[in-house]
Amino acid sequence: MTSTKREKNVKWVLMAPTLIILIGTTLYPFIYSFITSFRFWKLTRSPAPGGFIGFDNYIRAFGDAGFWNSVWVTIVFTVISVVLSMVIGLAIALILERATKLNTFMKSLLIFPFAMAPALKGYSWRFMLNPDYGIIDAMIDAVFPFMADVVWLGEPYWAVFWLAMTEIWGWAPYIALVFIGALGALPRETLNAAKVDGASTFQIFWYITLPQLKPIIIMVGLLKTIFSVKMFDQVVTLTGGGPGRATETLNYYVYTQGFKFYDMGYASALAYILVTTMFIFAFLYVRFLMKGEQG
Amino acid sequence: MAYTRDEQFWTGVRWLGFGATFLFMVFPIFWMVITSFKVARDAYSTKVIFTPTLNNFISIFQDPYNFGPLLFNSVVVSILTVAIAIPAATCAGYAFSRYQFKTKNALMVAVLSSQFVPPVVVVLPFFTLFRTLHLLDTRIALVILNLSFVLPFAVWMIKGFVDALPEDIESAAVVDGCNRFQVLRHITLPLIMPGVVTSAVFGFIQSWNEFLFALILTNRKAVTLTVGLMGLHTDKGILWEHMAAAGMLIMVPIFILSFTIREYFIEGLTMGAVK
Repeated sequence: MTSTKREKNVKWVLMAPTLIILIGTTLYPFIYSFITSFRFWKLTRSPAPGGFIGFDNYIRAFGDAGFWNSVWVTIVFTVISVVLSMVIGLAIALILERATKLNTFMKSLLIFPFAMAPALKGYSWRFMLNPDYGIIDAMIDAVFPFMADVVWLGEPYWAVFWLAMTEIWGWAPYIALVFIGALGALPRETLNAAKVDGASTFQIFWYITLPQLKPIIIMVGLLKTIFSVKMFDQVVTLTGGGPGRATETLNYYVYTQGFKFYDMGYASALAYILVTTMFIFAFLYVRFLMKGEQG
Repeated sequence: MAYTRDEQFWTGVRWLGFGATFLFMVFPIFWMVITSFKVARDAYSTKVIFTPTLNNFISIFQDPYNFGPLLFNSVVVSILTVAIAIPAATCAGYAFSRYQFKTKNALMVAVLSSQFVPPVVVVLPFFTLFRTLHLLDTRIALVILNLSFVLPFAVWMIKGFVDALPEDIESAAVVDGCNRFQVLRHITLPLIMPGVVTSAVFGFIQSWNEFLFALILTNRKAVTLTVGLMGLHTDKGILWEHMAAAGMLIMVPIFILSFTIREYFIEGLTMGAVK
């Protein structure tokens, strides 16, 4: 195709609306927050930003027990939700791998938990976990009578677990769909050869299928990690950060500093600590994706 | 071929797993659905057999809950977001797919990464900006911020659909003297329409489900459905039968939308990851 000068400009015309919108809605706040993170700015005292105070906001974070608590909660939540949603997602994929009518129907059902509003997920699980009339609580009590006294969202570790559960419930189905696609694309020859050689189903999975899935597992893992660190809605609707501070994730902590205490400077610094963490995972993910793009 | 014991065992496991998956996925939804038809007394119990009522759906639209305007806000914000994002994303996705240029990779990474900026970082500066511009508690403020995550995803998704379309189809039209815009409008667009519709539906779902921006930027006039749920969390506790009915209002339209285009939906969602 000829590449005249006019042709060259066409692509910029095509990209312009997107680039302009993204500069306004992402790049601008990204830079503005960075600058604000070096300022003293409490909205309760003045609507205009205060003076620059160097790294004070960042230094403050390191001595702030609430911040360290939120870092710990975020790590625990992320590890549980990433690991379990990947394991359950892969299990579902293996169950639904064959393209039968029943499996196709199940695959359509898998969209629903993923498409449900996260804020609603939080309330729905909060309802089911209620110690007096919650259905999941009643089921667990029926199977494990010794757990009858556990108030699920009142115990710090259980609260984090159930917070992760709401996330797993929504994400495992999506991850399953990705894995089903990946399983379908795997070469059949090695599988059949192994079968002829008398390998057991488990051996085939462990030594052949799983290693072949490795790239996709890494990619989905990175993507899920990014979204777990970003998770916010269910903290508000399931636990409100409690009991105490047991489910205050870093994201939620930034929110409370910014919009409950209106400390824009400190909230921006905390937000940037969050951004830096996310950036590491995002960098790995993007590099992985772009490699697939060229190869 | 006779089944070996190994195969029989795993077939059994598969069926058990199938049942467990079905329960795990469907049960929480089923529970919300039946709760929405329960009178208050039944909602606060684990009963499965009860006399259904439609009262919850009526009362959430009445005082003091008034979900009508909230529904309207959610519809307007989501439609406007999609109406701006999808045409822009279609053009950009096309350009990213069909042109080779020096800054392309850098730009694509920038678009992709913008999805990963935590929303709380985006909302901090916009909160003060909108306060100055008197745009707090308006629908347009929500549309602007929703674009920050709907648009990058749509660009990436549509690019994938254009990639899957052989370039030869377009070359013929270019030889016939069509310019790029005509090619895009008359040749490419009709062919990638399923992809565009999928991206639109996905963008609609993302804005419809959005919570953080609406929580921070609205308080009365522009409140959307997801934030409206919090209004059912009263001093007297959470009104679960109303919560379930409001939940239905949020989830049923999304389920219908995603179910009608399920095949493209699954394809579009998993495409980027599997490639």
